[in-house]
Amino acid sequence: MTAEHLTPEDRQSPDSLSPPDRESPDSLASPDRESPDSLAAAVLARLRTAFPRAGVSLRTNPGPAVQHSLLVSPADLCDVCRFLRDTPDLAFDFLSNVSGVDWPDPSKADAVAAPADEQGTPAAAAGFLEVIYHLYSTRRRIGPLVLRVRTADRLSGVQIPSVVAVFRSAEFQEREIFDLYGVEFTGHPDLRRILMWDEFQDHPMRKDYVAPDDYEYEPTPHAAVLEKAQRHYVQP
Amino acid sequence: MGIDFQLAEDMKSQGVHVTSFESLVNWGRASSLWPLQFGLACCAIEMIAATMARYDMARFGAEVFRPSPRQADLMIVAGTVTKKMAPQVVRLYNQMAEPKYVIAMGACAISGGPFKDGYNVLKGIDRFIPVDVVIPGCPPRPEALLDGLLTLRAKIAREKLLGKHRARHANPDGTAAFPVPEFGAHDLEPTANREIWNPPAIVRDAEGGEA
Amino acid sequence: MISDPATSLTSAVLAPAVDDDQLLHVSLGPQHPSTHGVFRMNVVLDGETVVRLKPVFGYLHRNHEKIAEGTSYLASMPYTDRLDYICPLSNNWAYARAVEKLAGIEVPERAEFIRVILAELTRLINHTAFAGFILGDMGAWGSALMYAFREREKILDLFEELTGARMMANFMRFGGCRNDLPDGWSAKVSKLVDEYGPFLDEMEKFLVGNEILLSRTLNVGSLPKEVLINGGITGPMLRAAGVPYDIRKVDPYGIYERFDFRIPLGATGDCYDRIMIRFLEMRESLKILHQALDQLPDGSFIHPKAKIRNFKPPLGEAYARIEGPKGELGFHLISDGSTRPYRYRIRPPSFINLTLIEDMCLGLDLADVVVILGSIDIVLGEVDR
Repeated sequence: MTAEHLTPEDRQSPDSLSPPDRESPDSLASPDRESPDSLAAAVLARLRTAFPRAGVSLRTNPGPAVQHSLLVSPADLCDVCRFLRDTPDLAFDFLSNVSGVDWPDPSKADAVAAPADEQGTPAAAAGFLEVIYHLYSTRRRIGPLVLRVRTADRLSGVQIPSVVAVFRSAEFQEREIFDLYGVEFTGHPDLRRILMWDEFQDHPMRKDYVAPDDYEYEPTPHAAVLEKAQRHYVQP
Repeated sequence: MGIDFQLAEDMKSQGVHVTSFESLVNWGRASSLWPLQFGLACCAIEMIAATMARYDMARFGAEVFRPSPRQADLMIVAGTVTKKMAPQVVRLYNQMAEPKYVIAMGACAISGGPFKDGYNVLKGIDRFIPVDVVIPGCPPRPEALLDGLLTLRAKIAREKLLGKHRARHANPDGTAAFPVPEFGAHDLEPTANREIWNPPAIVRDAEGGEA
Repeated sequence: MISDPATSLTSAVLAPAVDDDQLLHVSLGPQHPSTHGVFRMNVVLDGETVVRLKPVFGYLHRNHEKIAEGTSYLASMPYTDRLDYICPLSNNWAYARAVEKLAGIEVPERAEFIRVILAELTRLINHTAFAGFILGDMGAWGSALMYAFREREKILDLFEELTGARMMANFMRFGGCRNDLPDGWSAKVSKLVDEYGPFLDEMEKFLVGNEILLSRTLNVGSLPKEVLINGGITGPMLRAAGVPYDIRKVDPYGIYERFDFRIPLGATGDCYDRIMIRFLEMRESLKILHQALDQLPDGSFIHPKAKIRNFKPPLGEAYARIEGPKGELGFHLISDGSTRPYRYRIRPPSFINLTLIEDMCLGLDLADVVVILGSIDIVLGEVDR
């Protein structure tokens, strides 16, 4: 690149800044934009053809956002992600967000992401951890495609394959989920705690985490602070 | 000290200024504070704003922010101190040369502020290092920081260098270094320096009121 | 040619040529004048050349997500101010949008206009402050920042008049805004917008063609487009590399579709492009502000049925995102039908834009690391949350 690039002179000739194939702003909006509620179903049909034996099922979102999701079995996650990324007419090339969720009560998880049909896999009885991926396509300008993956339980069966080999953007987000929720991402290149210190042993974002009692004197405790105060101080 | 006030005024008109050594030293210290360039969170932005054109902290002789603790004598704890950061803050404080002063700027540095319920948030930097001036606010306005600075200057001007109530840095037995907490399995170890931090132990009745 | 964009350059490039005990390990931060807060990088140097760089996070991890899951939806609004504390109003908007999506709340037209005006003013603050900070990183400590903060104060005065606070606005509500514009406020904004163009001219005159700036930034830190997209890089960082991806255009929210503005694109994505793209974006923001102020309709600033107390969104989940000044700012909320969010997750652009920092810095000098970090434009409140 030369020093002349992007100077104020360029600004006077606006078109020189945009590559010729997409200079008009209107062309940024894709004509084949799909509504989010049909997106998951359409992708599911493609996945069923490509991976007949893969454990993928549709989960409907009861809320007004209608962002339906696909429940993927951990074993198929990397293949599904690679397929979604590399198939030209899908082109989900951008993994935006990775969220961890703790579900000690599995019935709640099925209420938020309801099985689309009666054959939907019922949730495990003992509670589990869930990782939710939000995928977008920068080329086709569609999304979000929501994938969800569940661990076997919350104690020892907390392994989920890492998608860092497919989407680099998951690298730090998976480390964060490992740190705060305790999901072990197998195949992650550098799985260490990221926000808390290395010696820390708990997973503080889990619902049953109890923070250390470091309550301090407060003259007029109220609401949540009052509860803390009552726990902290010995009753007379 | 016993300086004749009238005599001192008469001599001042002759161009001779009489003062105590203590006042002179304190005047020098108070008028040329060198803060540590040490931003933690949101309050740091207001701290920067206080040094910029509109608020111009240079008027009070404290605009030379030093990146190294060895060259600074004022630590403005501007922002939330997390448990992960607390050992570094104490270490930085220990590295500063005496005399040194601490301003806790903002609700978080004072008590944890809005993030008080957080598992990784230290509920006030006064648990580990002595604080001279606290500035409430979230974040405090730049004017509040200037007021805090003036309060600190007034405090320095009153410092005793001799006698029973002398300042810590003037006391050969006084400590300049405070224990640095270690990272534990669930929390910092220790969770506070009990030699300088002792919250009032009050007994509460069932409703949470003071018994 | 990269066969797989997810392949880390880290392993492929620059295996250290000398023994490990010949390498210099430098811990940059968390207390360092150029790390923009309490960010830390463990850098391994071979002479002056970076051969390894591992970022260390968490020194400002304030547990925002955990606190938000224990409190009501509205009570999290002030906390979003403290995420990216340079631009609180954009964060407000992103969160309000996520809750509106979760609960299906409509926003009146006037409120959308107020939101656009505030978001674009926030973009001006962010990009102006960015220019001041990155020039400080390059050695021009103080003077550039002084100009930037002079302009920032003018915008903060407007925010203070509107919201009551300089920085922590806590202004957006689910279904609108907290209060209406005070009398004469939009005239003041118009005046500021008119005066901002000349300020940008002045600032650009100092920067463009400045020999020191050019030698510090040209061809520093660029990566191929595919790698950036795969690494989750968004915002000005991505557009500087020539990818036309701006959520205001590709996934329009609010009323951005009504405004005429362009998406500036860079060519190579080096640090020079990243600085200049922000100046061009400020010009576009001024364009949007002009149009929004001209078309500002009368009406309600909040939906009349918007519920403040005992607000319970229906069961479900929602992910909503806006084009924040630093990139894609998203909120992922899960509601179990109660007054508290079951899961409250922030997709922080500053944090994810740091994913590729090692790839950008490998093989360059230590001094370039500081410029690259500055050009990513991070705010630690958002990186660590």
